[in-house]
Amino acid sequence: MLRFDFLEARNLRHAISLLERHGDESRVVAGSTDFLARWRQGFWRPAAVVNLKGIANLGRISYSPQNGLRLGALATVQSIESNAQVRRRYQALATGATSFAGVQVRNLATIGGNVCNASPAGDTLPALLAFDAQCTIAGPEGSRTLPLTELFLGPGRTALKQGEVLTQLTLPAPLPRTGSLYIKHSPRGAMDIATVGVASVVTLEEDGRTCRDARIALGAVGPTPFRATDAENLLKGQELTAGLLAQAAEAAEAAATPIDDVRGTAGYRKAMVEALTRRTLQYSLQMASGRAMPFEEQRRLAVQTAF
Amino acid sequence: MNKQPLTMTVNGHERQILVAPYYSLLDTLRDELQLTGTKKGCDEGDCGACTVILNGKAVTSCLVLAMSARGAEVTTVEGLATPDALHPVQQAFIERGGLQCGYCTPGLIMAAVGLLEENPQPSAEEVKFAIGGNLCRCTGYTKVVEAILLAADRMASLG
Repeated sequence: MLRFDFLEARNLRHAISLLERHGDESRVVAGSTDFLARWRQGFWRPAAVVNLKGIANLGRISYSPQNGLRLGALATVQSIESNAQVRRRYQALATGATSFAGVQVRNLATIGGNVCNASPAGDTLPALLAFDAQCTIAGPEGSRTLPLTELFLGPGRTALKQGEVLTQLTLPAPLPRTGSLYIKHSPRGAMDIATVGVASVVTLEEDGRTCRDARIALGAVGPTPFRATDAENLLKGQELTAGLLAQAAEAAEAAATPIDDVRGTAGYRKAMVEALTRRTLQYSLQMASGRAMPFEEQRRLAVQTAF
Repeated sequence: MNKQPLTMTVNGHERQILVAPYYSLLDTLRDELQLTGTKKGCDEGDCGACTVILNGKAVTSCLVLAMSARGAEVTTVEGLATPDALHPVQQAFIERGGLQCGYCTPGLIMAAVGLLEENPQPSAEEVKFAIGGNLCRCTGYTKVVEAILLAADRMASLG
């Protein structure tokens, strides 16, 4: 039978020293939702786990116009989904969180865990990328920041070095006239892993028509979630007509490099990238144009099943 | 891997036990505390049969490390009824026929209790989202949703 030791980190410094000492033999746990499932499958077999969940003040969520949204790494996915500022200003993150498993898992799973597990299909990751999240990382050498785009190296692989812990994600405050949405496509809804996930963020100029900024991030169609920058560049500075959104959706499809698996073929996934990019851009544009969309309506759009 | 001491409050009683460091909260409740009302279905967080209330929130206890629940307050299905009466959610499940084989029922009831603590008067759609993580192969869910809405109405009128 597989076994492991349980090491309780009393504070961040203690966590770092435990991780330095136990190195590759250990794994960090917080919500432990991914960990226990994958340990039972025999996929992860650490000699010890270092539990971060008891570290005080690492799960705070705060927003200010100056600092943007600060998500402590231990903030649960449910606390992000139900946060009023997230729902109001970062709709793609709220819809990413609501598409994430069932409430019982969302109440455990942490945003830091979803990021550090670096699944190509992680449901919060496209929205975090599309909102330009910055990581704050604590380690033996002190603290450093890293754009989230540079954290992901491959499936399950991050730029974290031995002894380093992700402590916070910071998302700049969206400009006025910004709208966003994440749509997850999966065979069995929120409880299943995404076949494709797309987050779009659109900001309009004061004229209410010209695109000031557009950011699009794709999940489950490459070794890591990533930004579709070619598609974004087609939109910036342009008037967002239906034809232009369709062109951007095709550019996003061209950027996707998915694999065949049980949830869909590569060709199917690429076609879904085109459809979901177009849809998320359309809804984001509507919201950026001033049409408020209640969270209940966003939630109905957030998960689109195959059957 | 010696067992380690763990203190937590389960259904209002402080319990001091020894658990293996790799034990889940679910296995601890069932095997160490003999609280077998909480069921093990998939053991990977997909079915909701193991749902308990941990510090006020509905969670899949199969995905909680017991040692991380040190000092926590846990409510299982055994902790809902008083000596005189079932919990309104339990009573409503019986009256509306919100169960057949019964295996998923403790988890569904705890998911409903967790929902009603946070949202005492949910819409039918909100109930469906709240039990999205609970699998039932018998009922088709319609009567489960009816039961939870009935319980919400009764709890609201009781104040």
